[in-house]
Parts: sequence; structure tokens; C-alpha cells
Amino acid sequence: MCAPMSKRRLDFDIVVAGAGPAGIAAACIAAENGRRTAVLDATPWVGGQIWRGQETKRSSRAAGRWLERLTASGARMIRCAADIAAPRAGVLLAETGEGPLELSWQKLILAVGARELFLPFPGWTLPNVTGPGGMQVLVKAGLPVAGKRVVVAGSGPLLIAASAELRKAGARVVVVAEQAGLSDLVRFAAALPRSAPKKIFQALQYQLRLLGVPYRTGCWVTAAQGGQKVEQVTIQSQKKTWTIPCDYLACAYGLVPNLELPRLLGCRLENGVVLVNLWQETSVGDVYCAGEPTGIGGEDRALIEGRIAGHAASGRTDKADCLFKARKRARKFSLAMDRAFALRDELKHLAQPDTIVCRCEDVTRRQLEPYDGWRSAKLHTRCGMGPCQGRVCGGAARVLFGWKHESVRPPLFPVTVGTLADADLLPENKSS
Amino acid sequence: MADLVTITVDSVSVSVPAGTVLAAAIVQAGVTRFRRSTKGEPRGPLCGMGICFECRVTVNGRPHCRSCQMLCEDGMDVRTDE
Repeated sequence: MCAPMSKRRLDFDIVVAGAGPAGIAAACIAAENGRRTAVLDATPWVGGQIWRGQETKRSSRAAGRWLERLTASGARMIRCAADIAAPRAGVLLAETGEGPLELSWQKLILAVGARELFLPFPGWTLPNVTGPGGMQVLVKAGLPVAGKRVVVAGSGPLLIAASAELRKAGARVVVVAEQAGLSDLVRFAAALPRSAPKKIFQALQYQLRLLGVPYRTGCWVTAAQGGQKVEQVTIQSQKKTWTIPCDYLACAYGLVPNLELPRLLGCRLENGVVLVNLWQETSVGDVYCAGEPTGIGGEDRALIEGRIAGHAASGRTDKADCLFKARKRARKFSLAMDRAFALRDELKHLAQPDTIVCRCEDVTRRQLEPYDGWRSAKLHTRCGMGPCQGRVCGGAARVLFGWKHESVRPPLFPVTVGTLADADLLPENKSS
Repeated sequence: MADLVTITVDSVSVSVPAGTVLAAAIVQAGVTRFRRSTKGEPRGPLCGMGICFECRVTVNGRPHCRSCQMLCEDGMDVRTDE
């Protein structure tokens, strides 16, 4: 038996989980309101995925402003700390390079962001097949793509943002294949000026940079082929099928919220997002939520909700209500986006019987088909039991089979034996 | 210019600007197969955000490190395909 490792413990009034735009805004406000505040993130950097690298390269004005404000606010930034469990009320347990760290809180703000939705198709497990967002962050982080041929595919505004970033880095974006139909996108664009004046500017900017990149709507990737890595991609529209040679394929179908920590804490969900009240407070008292987990809406919405949560958690609701109008606008934009980029039925049938659905355990669609739900499939095939714990295949199984991936248990991420030996890690009542 | 750090990837030495994420440096060393799946298939980074665990490698003898969530440090010894 291992002896439990000695735990470090820090006490705060307000703990913020996640240092992206929502978490940074919440932490700034809470600290400025005089609360002892900590913000933790699993990465070595501050900014989450969207503001990754902004600490050194200030290409976004908003990011620069907020990062400076965070430093000045006095909030304590805890890097390389992954939230893995909530062993008792008012305590968050994080795994760090130096072992487990306990953070005690009076109010907890969840700003845990989102991930890309991947749908399986033949060849999607080949090296050099990534998500558009994933490719974008890797390029920002130093992945060399100059002269490389990239197919960008899937759905959502991220395809355009990623393509612009890739072009800037010297990649040849050979095609952008958006599954949504042109008529839906036109309706979406027409609704933009009223719901989000700032975003139309961004969209135009991207369009300009994209000149020369074929942006095709109503088409989707059906297969990727290659030996040791992707070499070509097959794309289909309602009218035809064609093949394009490439060095990379960046393909994902929009964003889905990270719900593991909200679920672990028992926060009520509705339509796949965390339910919050006027003050961004969840169904669990003293636990707040801001940004993508309450509904995918990007940086603007995250900043607004983060500020509201920061004020409310520090007892300054009087300072928050001036932000409600902006939040309403941002949420309207989210709904318009959901409608415009709704996934077409054809995408459910891309995975063939021998296509891998669970990449961690190499479980194919054929192996999963006999089961009627996530739980039984998991028990019989090990689907979702690898290191990613269903973070990739759970979303795919929901789209493919309509399965719900609800249960969650600590640790939320694979941890060292030392942390596992910590007797506090498992709650008294194990949930199934 | 930014300072350079030098790491070793499967005995190949690469120098990258400080602040480069490890997964990007591994690609610069000519690697596309970061690991093999349980059935032996080649795999590389998928999500780039620490979710999928496909980019995991051995760093300074420590297995299962997500290379997309780590910054390069001078003298790092990285093994892929393990």
C-alpha cells in the first residue's frame, strides 16, 4: 500500500476553474471587488485555448487588456493544475506537477470552456487529421505549416477563423468544406447586424483574408486516405463526390461544452448546457458558471458572463445588471448560430461498420451497434474507458446513436498513483 | 528574437523558440506517429487542447505526457511511438 501523499491546501473566498476569457474576467472582477481569488488552469499558460500564446504575443487587443488587468487585480494564477475532483463541499482537488492540491472556496466559478465535436469517418484516426480549432492552436504554438496543403472541413465559424490563421502562417488552404447549406448561412448572416454588430466586422475581416480560398457550403468529408498519415480526402455534396490531395485535414463539427466538472458537482443541465440563473449561479448554491458551458457563444459572451459571475459571486449584484442587455444580445447570437450550423443527417452515416469510434480503445461502430445505450456499450466494449474518458467518443455516440454520456466520476483526468492514493479522492457516495 | 531551446526527440535534436509547445517541436523533428493505438495503428495529435490524449509521448522517462499541453524545456528527452 502507498501512504497517502501529503496534500497542500490553499484557502480562498472565490476559486475560478479555467483561465480562458470567462475565467479571467470573473477572476479580475472578484479580486477587484476585494475577494481572495484564485484561478486555476490545466495548461502552463494563461488564456485558455482562444487566448493561447497571448501572454507573449499580443495580437488580440481584448486579450492584452484582460491579461494585464488580471496581473494587476491580485488574483492568484495557478498554472498546470487540472481540477480532478470535488471531495467535499467547498473543496476542489487539483492535480499538479508537485502532487495534489486542495483549494477551499466560499464561491466557485466554473469557466471550463468547450472542446470540438469530432464525428468518426473512415480514416479519421490517421495522423495529420485534427480539428480546425486544434490545428489553429497548434499552429499558434509553433506547428510549421508553410506550404502545406490543408483541407478545412466540418461546420461552424471556427472553420473560417482557423482558415485565416492557417493562411497567415503560410499554409495552402485548398478548400473549406462547410456542411451547412448556403441558404441557412445567408439567413444567419442577414440576422447578424442586429444581434452582433461587432461580429460582422470580424466576419468581414476573415472574408478578406480568405480571398482565394474556396469556401464551399453544403459539402462534407466522407473519408480520408493514407498510409502513415493522411494523403487525400474524399468530399461529397448532394450532387457529386470528389477527391483532394492534402498534407493535413482539419475537420470537426463545432464546439461542445466541457461538462465533466459541472456534472461532478451536481449542476443541473438542460439541452446539453449548464442551467444558470440571472446571476450565472447554477442549481448548486454558491457554484457559478460562465462562458461556453452555459451555451456556445465565443469570446464576447464568455467575457460578459464571466464579469456577471465575478460580481455576483463577490456579492456585488448591483454592478452586474448593466451587463444583462449585452448578455441577451450574445445569447441571441448563439441561438442564431446553432440554427445556421445545425448538423445534417448524412453525418450520422459516415462511420462504416469497421470505422473506429472510440480511439482510446479502438472500438468500432460494428462492436457498438448491438447495445442500446452508453452504459451497456461501455461495460461490454470498453468504449469511453480509455484515457480521454469518453471526451471524444461520447460526443460522437450522442450524434450517431442518440446515447447520453451523463455519468462522471473522479478523477476527471488520469492522475498519478500518488494522487490516486489520496483517500479523499473518492466521494462517500459513488455515482454510477 | 526569442531564445532557443534544444530538445531531443527519438535521438534527433531540434532547436525551437522558447514557448513552443512540445507537440509542434515533435513534428519539427520529422515525427507524425506520436504513438500506436491498442491495435497498432499510427496516431498523432487530434484535438490540440489536452482532451483526446492522442499526442501522448514519454518525456524524461515519464510516460503518457500530453505533448500538446507542455512547453519545450531545454534538454528535454522525448520518446514517441512507445
